[in-house]
Amino acid sequence: MHTWAVEIQDLWFSYNDHQVLQEVNLNIAEKAFLAILGPNGSGKTTLLKLMLGVLKPDRGWVRIFGQEPHKVVHKIGYVPQDTNINKSFPISVFDATLMGRLGHAKRARRYSAHDRAMAQKALETVGMWEQRKRHIGKLSGGQRQRVFIARALAGDPDILFMDEPTASVDREFQTELYEFLRKLNESVTILVVSHDLSVLSSYIKSVACVNQKLFYHDAAEITSEMLDMAYHCPVELVAHGLPHRVLRDHEDD
Amino acid sequence: MIEVLQFEFMRNALYAGLLASVACGIIGTLVVVNRIVFISGGIAHAAYGGVGIAFYFGLAPLVGIGGFSLVIAAIMAAVTVNSRHRSDTVIGALWAFGMALGVLLIDITPGYNVDLMSYLFGSILTVSKSDLLLMLILDLVILAAVILFYKDFLAISFDEEFATAMGVPAKVLHFALLAMIALVVVMIVRVVGLILVIALLSIPAYISEKYSESMRSMMILSIMFSCLFVMMGLWLAYSFNITSGATIIMVAAAFFFIHPLFARLADKKQ
Repeated sequence: MHTWAVEIQDLWFSYNDHQVLQEVNLNIAEKAFLAILGPNGSGKTTLLKLMLGVLKPDRGWVRIFGQEPHKVVHKIGYVPQDTNINKSFPISVFDATLMGRLGHAKRARRYSAHDRAMAQKALETVGMWEQRKRHIGKLSGGQRQRVFIARALAGDPDILFMDEPTASVDREFQTELYEFLRKLNESVTILVVSHDLSVLSSYIKSVACVNQKLFYHDAAEITSEMLDMAYHCPVELVAHGLPHRVLRDHEDD
Repeated sequence: MIEVLQFEFMRNALYAGLLASVACGIIGTLVVVNRIVFISGGIAHAAYGGVGIAFYFGLAPLVGIGGFSLVIAAIMAAVTVNSRHRSDTVIGALWAFGMALGVLLIDITPGYNVDLMSYLFGSILTVSKSDLLLMLILDLVILAAVILFYKDFLAISFDEEFATAMGVPAKVLHFALLAMIALVVVMIVRVVGLILVIALLSIPAYISEKYSESMRSMMILSIMFSCLFVMMGLWLAYSFNITSGATIIMVAAAFFFIHPLFARLADKKQ
């Protein structure tokens, strides 16, 4: 039987009577590379947290590889936004990366030698192994983002959720990151959430737009309907100098 | 200092201070990195309601304080579990409610009236052998829980959302942490007073955070600072014949205010 990497059925969610998401349906195939786009406050990060099982839906359900999210934590990699981290927290780069192994580790046990080896490999992949002993609060935003990516990779995930992964990294690493993700995508399903259309690159295979409701497009382009729905001011966004292949004439639909 | 220790009550006071330091260093570190000092203050002060309950109903004070502060801790955990930063009003209300309940129950208890001050600042010079034994047991319980679940407490303290996504039971651990704060309060409220509880939970950990590379080293450094404050405070209290609990707090506060100067010196060296 075919299982979807992500399956969302009639999902509704509200915060204190404020409807954030309604009637969301989405099926994502394994090895997809999906961008979830939407303006600030559109509910895209909320949708991500619902997929991760951090939030519980009011109605409807989410399945990851056919199961509830909390049953497949060892298959999930997560790169959260770099916004609400406590910079004075006493922790080294290596110890923070080890947390990526939590989905595999048993409760009330220490991390194993294998956990440490996986964390080392992940830090080497993002080029942060030399910085492993540094205090996480003393890193630059871009370096910290690399560490968070390493933390997600340390869990050897089958699906990777990334929230604004390129928000604080420099151009160079951004290109490097997408090149790396393209290779990773040969075996791993990847979901990238962003408010910024520039994440749309040639690597992304499909796009969904969120603004309370979700519109899905199984190709790396946005239809004008999706834009109109998700953003109230499409002209301004198009004016940001995007590669024009992103937009398709609405006559084509 | 040595001749002071020929008195048994001084020895017991020192042991009590050191045992309290172990629990306060460990739990205080978790309190400070999770930024729940206000919640801890609320539990510690509301525990006074437990004193009132114990005297009114004729229970052992420890049963009253323990039971009531665990109930208050559970309510606070339930209130704060989903919105840690927007529940300060509820915490403030529970804080005041507990203290008022304690005062009123003691008012209407016939006969002998307990001294509020001895619960606020403790009476470390009257610690008994059985108090010390209880403190040792609770130290071991807290130590075992934190060592066993160290990586899980570290994960929820550093990045709770990520930890939850990785299957760490963050809500259960939040309840457990607040319950342990309640245990610390029970263990030392009669000995050093609930104002000293909150001072020893927050000040050593706050100073240690600046000099620590990991949460583990922050815990150890906090215990050391706390022991230092207790020893200096007891010695000064004995030398000048002043209240010991308040003196210990004064020493801790003095370090709190002057430590930024040392931190600046340490930074210059680097």
